[in-house]
Amino acid sequence: MSPSALTYDALRHAADSWGLVFMTLVFLGAIAWTFRPGARGHHARAATMIFDEDDRHG
Amino acid sequence: MTAILLRSSGWLGLALLALVAALAGADRGFAVHMAIVALAAALLGVTTAVRGNYSHQPAAPADLSGQYYDEVIRWGVIATVFWGVVGLLMGVVIASQLAWPLANLNSEFTTFGRLRPLHTSAVIFAFGGNALIATSFYIVQRTCRARLFMPGLARFVFWGYQLFIVLAATGYVLGVTESREYAEPEWYVDIWLTIVWVAYLAVFVGTIAKRHEPHIYVANWFFLAFIITVAMLHLVNNLSLPVSWLGSKSYSAFSGVQDALVQWWYGHNAVGFFLTAGFLGMMYYFVPKQADRPVYSYRLSIVHFWSLIFLYIWAGPHHLHYTALPDWAQTLGMVFSVMLWMPSWGGMINGLMTLNGAWDRVRTDPIIRMMVAALAFYGMSTFEGPMMSIKSVNSLSHYTNWTIGHVHSGALGWNGMITFASLYYMAPRLWGRQRLYSLRLVNLHFWLATLGIVFYTASMWVAGITQGLMWREYGGDGYLVYAFVEVVAAMHPYYIIRVAGGLLYFSGALVMAWNIGMTIAGRLRDEAPMAGAAFDPGRDRPLAPFAPAGAAALPAE
Repeated sequence: MSPSALTYDALRHAADSWGLVFMTLVFLGAIAWTFRPGARGHHARAATMIFDEDDRHG
Repeated sequence: MTAILLRSSGWLGLALLALVAALAGADRGFAVHMAIVALAAALLGVTTAVRGNYSHQPAAPADLSGQYYDEVIRWGVIATVFWGVVGLLMGVVIASQLAWPLANLNSEFTTFGRLRPLHTSAVIFAFGGNALIATSFYIVQRTCRARLFMPGLARFVFWGYQLFIVLAATGYVLGVTESREYAEPEWYVDIWLTIVWVAYLAVFVGTIAKRHEPHIYVANWFFLAFIITVAMLHLVNNLSLPVSWLGSKSYSAFSGVQDALVQWWYGHNAVGFFLTAGFLGMMYYFVPKQADRPVYSYRLSIVHFWSLIFLYIWAGPHHLHYTALPDWAQTLGMVFSVMLWMPSWGGMINGLMTLNGAWDRVRTDPIIRMMVAALAFYGMSTFEGPMMSIKSVNSLSHYTNWTIGHVHSGALGWNGMITFASLYYMAPRLWGRQRLYSLRLVNLHFWLATLGIVFYTASMWVAGITQGLMWREYGGDGYLVYAFVEVVAAMHPYYIIRVAGGLLYFSGALVMAWNIGMTIAGRLRDEAPMAGAAFDPGRDRPLAPFAPAGAAALPAE
């Protein structure tokens, strides 16, 4: 097998080092994003948006 | 005219092709399936020809952009109720077979081995799947404030999915199976489901794309995660090579422990994304709507979403504890399962706390009560699951009835109850009725279902722990104390209690079918309203001021 071929071992090491770090950072970023300043009003609007509709004409 | 003829003959040609495949089929199962396909295509061809518009004037396209497309959702509600009744009945039948083996009826078509996947697929994919498709179409239109994208494609999704269910169900009875739990249908049925699923994704994403609301409501995040992940799981888990292009047998692309891991990566994420994420989409819309108050914390709902997505996908290996799977993979599955407890309870708390300030509704509104029960069961089973994934607990619980009890507390309690509540919410609105036929029947349904779950899960806990302890009981001389058949015999009373619980839950579903049927028919049951808080106008006044002895009497008014 040529050295450049992707082996199980290489995949495994990529997954449990940089892969893991990458996933964790993306996850933390997604969580941190909901705590950004100014999100409160945006969330309040999103949460009450479902009551704007009128079912009877739906 | 020519267009109708072309389309109609196209369908009839397809029917003919399927008929040829049926005749040339390598085995009975494939032949029967192709005959079913031929019948469906012929039916479509005839309907196209009969119902076509033959006038020279093309029908003026009515402007429907101001209306939601609810026709397919109405069909979906009916299909959900129908398949729910069928699936639960199959459950009662196979539970009876375990208690009384004579109920196998001495026919290959009605043995436990063939009816069991019929039960699991009927309740998960037919009942749950139709509920998911119907509610996702209902919610995505209302939260995007836009008409459904390509209604014709949505109709294809609905009918194509029903064809998938019929092919899967008849296949199980005929013995056509890939033997992969919750993914039993053979290769050609898998290909058909893939086509239907891609169409489903297109309708859903298309509706989101044409939304008039800037923000995509969180319920749609859960539905989208469900649709995309199930597509990925389905494709990878069903990679297989058919023995013949005209036969129903295929072999998996994986073998040995890899095959087992792929299967349980699929199996557990079917629970995680089909039975959890999708139904959470229902929860995040219908609970706030029925309670008439916004979700407790929108931020928590987003944290719930990302945590569930990032953690669930790794939990599958806990199904393979103490097997040939490498130890590190088992531990990984266990650790992620335990971590999963947190987002699950975050979601449960978010749903329950939505009722903060309106807790009296639990007493007065049986639909809210169903939702609360659903969330309570979601909480219980998502605590029990992580606990059972811990290896030392699993060494007792694995392969026993405890697992069956766990699954049913989630399926009957969480999935069943939240679906019933959603159906009760949608039915009067979809058919333009003032209210449901009867709220008191909803109440009856709630108690039948709850009592049924209590009988079911309690008996299976006792049965499972008994089973686990008997299997591992060693005598002083190092021999196993109990023969396998002694353990089977010990299960008998619990199996009978389970049948009783299943019958209660099933009868609750029959009550729902009657209630929704009457609602569709436009009938209103003449009944007293659900009890409010007692009120006595005579006592509705301030207390007389307390006068201590010896004090001056208050001046008379």
